[in-house]
Amino acid sequence: MEEEHQHIVPYETYLKILAILLLMTCITITVTVIDLSAWTVLIALIIACIKGFLVMSIFMHLKFESLLLKILAIGVVLLFAIILAITFIDYLNR
Amino acid sequence: MIMNRAEEHNNKEIAKLGMWIFIFTEIILFGGLFIVYSITRSKYSNEFHGAAAHLNVIIGAINTVILLISSTTVAMSITAVQTKNKKLALRLLMVTIVCALVFLANKYFEWSGKFHHGLYPGSDLMMELNRGYLLFFSLYFFMTGLHALHIIVGLTILLIVYYKIDKGIINHEKYVLLENGALYWHLVDLIWIFLFPLLYLIT
Repeated sequence: MEEEHQHIVPYETYLKILAILLLMTCITITVTVIDLSAWTVLIALIIACIKGFLVMSIFMHLKFESLLLKILAIGVVLLFAIILAITFIDYLNR
Repeated sequence: MIMNRAEEHNNKEIAKLGMWIFIFTEIILFGGLFIVYSITRSKYSNEFHGAAAHLNVIIGAINTVILLISSTTVAMSITAVQTKNKKLALRLLMVTIVCALVFLANKYFEWSGKFHHGLYPGSDLMMELNRGYLLFFSLYFFMTGLHALHIIVGLTILLIVYYKIDKGIINHEKYVLLENGALYWHLVDLIWIFLFPLLYLIT
């Protein structure tokens, strides 16, 4: 009867993720202060994506959820990327 | 009894799926705004560069840290409820609630500073700005405003969750409301993770 698959994440995991997220925030701020011109945007966005991935997979428990939810989440991110790409292709070729 | 348990489990899965679908629509909502931002930025990159320099990076950074901490504590409160540690769960949730209030206070000071300089949607100063600046500040007010609205909603949900944990309605057997409330709060954090570098940092 007690086979309900509730996944208990230990406190330490969350604290470790928090430390990583704070470190990444520092890196982003440092990079923009130094100003690496075109690279700044790229690095800031890559770091934001990594942070977003960590929040979704660990904080939002997506890592421990069903395959259906994972596929849906990836699908939504892909959908956003496709809309962004199509909009840019349109605007840049006017 | 066994049937009931299985049914309850299913209900929980359905409740979570529903919450996730709602979160997906929220991601698309903010995603649309991010697309508008990207397009206007590519057209008016110099103006965006100049306008973003007017934003207070320190307040933005403090708010980022606040949201990251609040997200962690609300996630930890789930672990506390699962392990029947009600007192710790309530304390952790209270940290999140206080963080939300501090975030809103910061936002209030940040915005009132802008208002004080005559910079608010529809003001005479805004109308005199050139197009790129106008677009940046409009997007800034709209995106951070919509985000602040989400903070207020999230705060309300967390207050309800706090009350229900305190009363024992949410316990180690039934805590899907806490999980869904936490999911909503993480969404608010997730959006800010992208808003902060795009509006405040990339100048």
